[in-house]
Amino acid sequence: MSVLVYTENWDGKFKKLSYEMVSLASAIAKQMGITVTALSIGHVADDELKSLGKYGANKVLNVQDNRFESLDNKALADAVAKAASKEGAKVIILAHNNEGKAIAPRVSVKLNAGLVSGVIGTPLSVNPFVVRKKVFTQKAFANIQIKSDIRVLTFAQNSFEIVENNVDTAVEVYDPQIADGEFNTKVLDTHKITGKVLLSDAEIVVSGGRGMKGPENWGGLEELGELLGAGMACSRPVSDEGWRSHEEHVGQTGKMIAPNLYLAFGISGAIQHLGGVSSSKVIVAVNKDPEAPIFEAADYGIVGDAFKVIPQLIEAVKEMKTA
Amino acid sequence: MKILVLISNVPDTTTKIRFTGDNKSFDTNGVQWIINPWDELALTRAMELKEAGAFETITVANVGTQITESTLRKALAVGADEAIRVDAVPQDAFFVASQLAKVAEGYDVILAGIEASDYNGAGVGGMLAELLGINSVSAVSGLEIENGALKVHRDIDGGSQVLSVPTPVVLIVQKGIAIEPRIPAMRGIMMARKKPLNVIAPVDAESKTEFLGFELPAPKAACKMVEEDNAKELIRLLHEEAKVL
Ligand SMILES: Cc1cc2nc3c(=O)[nH]c(=O)nc-3n(C[C@H](O)[C@H](O)[C@H](O)COP(=O)(O)OP(=O)(O)OC[C@H]3O[C@@H](n4cnc5c(N)ncnc54)[C@H](O)[C@@H]3O)c2cc1C
Repeated sequence: MSVLVYTENWDGKFKKLSYEMVSLASAIAKQMGITVTALSIGHVADDELKSLGKYGANKVLNVQDNRFESLDNKALADAVAKAASKEGAKVIILAHNNEGKAIAPRVSVKLNAGLVSGVIGTPLSVNPFVVRKKVFTQKAFANIQIKSDIRVLTFAQNSFEIVENNVDTAVEVYDPQIADGEFNTKVLDTHKITGKVLLSDAEIVVSGGRGMKGPENWGGLEELGELLGAGMACSRPVSDEGWRSHEEHVGQTGKMIAPNLYLAFGISGAIQHLGGVSSSKVIVAVNKDPEAPIFEAADYGIVGDAFKVIPQLIEAVKEMKTA
Repeated sequence: MKILVLISNVPDTTTKIRFTGDNKSFDTNGVQWIINPWDELALTRAMELKEAGAFETITVANVGTQITESTLRKALAVGADEAIRVDAVPQDAFFVASQLAKVAEGYDVILAGIEASDYNGAGVGGMLAELLGINSVSAVSGLEIENGALKVHRDIDGGSQVLSVPTPVVLIVQKGIAIEPRIPAMRGIMMARKKPLNVIAPVDAESKTEFLGFELPAPKAACKMVEEDNAKELIRLLHEEAKVL
């Protein structure tokens, strides 16, 4: 019996998210007295696969099959479910990201398992199996029991600390034997975001709202973002107006993020905006309106003109860095 | 081609969330119900595609009790041609998907929202596709149809892609599929009253999960304010006190 954790790779590399997930899998496996198997699909070097052992993966199933590059939801789900059955998995963990969300529901049906998505941290108990997640778009928490014998979870990034827990890891080449007919998605074009910090990975996020007045005013924010190694975000009207790309839209109907630090400039803090950012550890607001609701959600704030504050912040960060 | 748009009935996004009965259930008192924002965008795109000649009629479906009918009527007022309501309390994603599997057969394109804004389950669309044994594409941010062939835009982690995928298919949609949701016009509201809203009985299906209880987050400590001309102090606080820089 095992906990199966599906660790995606990005051009052959794992990310902090992957290690968080293996750490979580390992904590759950301990609670249940079972082992951890990681499943990797794609071309990942052996050393990289073995790095999962540092966080508690006893075994790594290594699937190398180019057909999966199309990320066909049906075929991927099939592969994950087959690996789960082979490993006698009682818990299957996927990321609460685009790929995880796409395949977890399918996997759950295949395995006759209950699904909870966006789980934060370890289960409250494993018998009965009770997990915690945010509901009503970050406005509340819920404790949910999964009644089936097998459980599928998608894990909310940044909700569990990486824990080192070195174990011996065996890498096993595995072929789930998915028929050609299962692959029906044909990729016509791929656009990868390069040279930028991905919003989903960013520890610090710099965000601008309608108060920034226009796309021509983003220079200061970008400079600040670059200095901090931050990802860039924006409110919905900003992306709707086309000032910034849709990829940067955060909130209830955009991306949900949980960085360590979220810096909001000229954002009023509408409830739908906060729905996507309130899991941030620290929120900073700069807004000229002292009544703006963003200050109720913020930990630190400046009532003032963003256009005056941003250059000062840039200077202060530069000073801090040289100090 | 036939299109089905799944509609979830959710509290208005500005609703103050409260719980009753020892925090075991959501307090629906005074709640305004709306079409789940992503479903509303899905319906908007379905309308645009219908106007471009890709579909003749648009069907919407929901699993819910009587209270969801005003939301379905709204979908009809926006422009859907017929509505189906499976008369049951939606217990969990698997239960709902099992109900929808009975009504979704025979459609070429099924649009589901990426999640519902109440329980954020993100499960129904994918489960439905698996129950029907058909393809699904998630995180869909664009859909074009030409001569019956689908061109689907989706987000992947770290980028985006354009795909072709055969029908029947469940597309699990998000922002971008449409930008501004359509709102019903007076004429649409009048016409909606005459459009068919078929209520059908649920099938046996088990739920696999159960909500044990809810909690509101602890109130946040007051925001620490820094003067406008003292951004340096803010950086010091973030560095030394909050330790996030
Ligand atoms: C169903 C639904 C879903 C939604 N989903 C989202 C979502 O996902 N994400 C999202 O962001 N919104 C969402 N919204 C929209 C949301 O309600 C707000 O309209 C939006 O967040 C406001 O964006 P904003 O704060 O940039 O603009 P505004 O509300 O216009 O605020 C601009 C702020 O800038 C301040 N300001 C102006 N000039 C300056 C200056 N020089 N210096 C400093 N401050 C200044 C103003 O005081 C004001 O507070 C949604 C709405 C609905 C109905």
